[in-house]
Amino acid sequence: MNLEIKDLWVSIDNEMILKGVNLHVPAGQFHAIMGPNGNGKSTLVKAIAGAPEYTIERGEVLYNGVNILELEPDERARQGLYLAFQYPVEIPGVTVANFLRLAIQARTGQEVQFMDFYKKLTRALEILDWDESWVNRYLNQGFSGGEKKRNEILQMLMLEPSCALMDETDSGLDIDALKVVAKGVNAMRSANFSALMITHYNRLLEFIVPDMVHIMVDGRIVKSGGKELAVELEANGYEPVKAMAAAQPAAAF
Amino acid sequence: MPEAIEERFSDNIPDAAIAQINEAYEFGWSQPENYTIKAPKGLSREVVELISKSKEEPAWMLEFRMKALDIYRSKPIPKWGADLSGLDLENIYYYIKPTDMLNSRTWDDVPDDIKRTFDKLGIPESERGMLAGVGAQYESEMVYHNLKEEWEKLGVIFLSIEDGMREHPELFREHFGTVIPPEDNKFAAVNSAVWSGGSFVYVPKGVQVEVPLQTYFRINAENSGQFERTLIIIDEGAYAHYIEGCTAPSYSSDSFHSGVIEIVVKKGARMRYSTIQNWSHNVYNLVTQRAAVYEGAVMEWVDGNLGSKVTMKYPATYLLEPGARGEILSIAMATTGQHQDAGGKVVHFAPNTSSSIVSKSISKNNGRSSYRGLVKIYDGAKNAKSNVECDALLLNDDSRTDTYPYIEIEEKTASVGHEATVSKINDEQVFYLMSRGLSEEAATGLIVRGFIEPIAKELPLEYAVELNRLIELEMEGSVG
Repeated sequence: MNLEIKDLWVSIDNEMILKGVNLHVPAGQFHAIMGPNGNGKSTLVKAIAGAPEYTIERGEVLYNGVNILELEPDERARQGLYLAFQYPVEIPGVTVANFLRLAIQARTGQEVQFMDFYKKLTRALEILDWDESWVNRYLNQGFSGGEKKRNEILQMLMLEPSCALMDETDSGLDIDALKVVAKGVNAMRSANFSALMITHYNRLLEFIVPDMVHIMVDGRIVKSGGKELAVELEANGYEPVKAMAAAQPAAAF
Repeated sequence: MPEAIEERFSDNIPDAAIAQINEAYEFGWSQPENYTIKAPKGLSREVVELISKSKEEPAWMLEFRMKALDIYRSKPIPKWGADLSGLDLENIYYYIKPTDMLNSRTWDDVPDDIKRTFDKLGIPESERGMLAGVGAQYESEMVYHNLKEEWEKLGVIFLSIEDGMREHPELFREHFGTVIPPEDNKFAAVNSAVWSGGSFVYVPKGVQVEVPLQTYFRINAENSGQFERTLIIIDEGAYAHYIEGCTAPSYSSDSFHSGVIEIVVKKGARMRYSTIQNWSHNVYNLVTQRAAVYEGAVMEWVDGNLGSKVTMKYPATYLLEPGARGEILSIAMATTGQHQDAGGKVVHFAPNTSSSIVSKSISKNNGRSSYRGLVKIYDGAKNAKSNVECDALLLNDDSRTDTYPYIEIEEKTASVGHEATVSKINDEQVFYLMSRGLSEEAATGLIVRGFIEPIAKELPLEYAVELNRLIELEMEGSVG
């Protein structure tokens, strides 16, 4: 749904990473953020989701009008936000199926009916071309990089968020896996769902076509445009946008 | 650790069965009358006599108790393990026999206040239905003991230890005190002197007891020691699963529990003994439990330690004959003010014996859990194999875990593996789960449940549920 980031400043270990981010992802739209490594892309989505290692120095993030920065991470999730992690962690001893059931219950506050759950799960696995045996495995344990990413999308399909933050969901995927993941994300498309995707490659955006592309350098959005911006970026590299960023220094905090 | 001290932990192996006491057995039982006995505080010959007399025991048992009392007095309190300095052994009631605690044969005979206790214990309805097979220990006597009829037909004996001694004198005497003699350690000695209550189980040759034999233990009077004594004999080719569970309410002063569990697993038999110990957090729980395992037989201990102030418990398995196998699954959770000193001991005496110890511990707040384990492989135990795995999970910065693995190998062809890990609940895991909508408490709880899953899945479903429920209770308020 409607995500508005207003003058967001975020630090970690006393180092300012985000320096006044402004961004608006309206309901129903998919936006992409591109940019060189180490310029704050992951920080942005993790800070929106509430990762504890970050300190919000200033600004607000309005989700459907609510400043979610005042909420705990689980409360943000219950507002409909979902973060697909770049590096999903392993949770030994907890099966994917059991975890999904608990997470759905936590989000809805209601007991999950087994048949409903099972139907939904079967459908999601079908979209992702995944065998049912995967849900009996322990969460992310022993999963390859690609399997972990697929599992992130499985969770998204099951939890049905209204806004997905995707942190390099495409990295480490071969082209077949990428198509499967894209199929999963595209299955979520609706007027009530929005997504903010971080990627390094235009390749992802060929499969998940964005409404807008933003370029982040040194903790700020320095350029925004349509999907053609990603093509341009791939052709010219980051040097031109870096130079552009250097020419317009960040405002002092 | 000084050698002499270590020896007390690691080298309690009896040369053989202890000498049989050949007192003539006088058969003179009658049902005891309905009366109340509370022995004075502290331990003395008079107290031991009182216990023996109240049970109308044969002379050999009184002699056994008296000898054990002397052994108990001759041994110092062990210093190699948990801190026992708060344990005042003179300020304990060593015997209490509550009123109306006669062995009841039917559920209707069980006194109302004890039924209420079962209510509070939360024994599920389904289990009450199975109470025909449950021996429940309340205070120091069996109050309810009923054996399923089909077992009786199969010749399975499941009685209170007193009834076992009374009704099966020869079988009882042949095995009692042979696996754990009073000389073994100070607490086995005190138990041998003042034991009261516990179970006697015999499964005849080839009989498979599919439904677990279950018992609940409960301490209920302030300063009462509980010295239950259990003797289990699984005859050749037979199988049984015995489950002991216990909970205790809180007291204002420390309480002392020192059980002795002796198990004999004969040729080709299989035995599983499961416990979830949940004593109140002021109980000193110092238990000796050991199985003697014969040719090709299998012994499995599933040992959960959640309660008590201090627990020292190392289920032991002696693999006496070729092909015997021992498995120990140990789980411990220590929270504020608790020290769980748990683990396991396996001694390989014979060729082609194998063993595994898997230990999982959780430490919360300033709780401390220690893994203490022994693997000993004697010369001649050719191709013996043993594997030890211990994992510790720390929930807070001031929680503590220690690992004391003793491995003594005399046999060149033996192979032994040992693996130990310590992990902390990490913020990344908690954030990952919270980002899916789980509260911080639910996230932490789920990580802990996942950690113990390898052991919980070995328990019958209702016990796994109970274990998870108990851990959830312990986890409550763990998030500041």
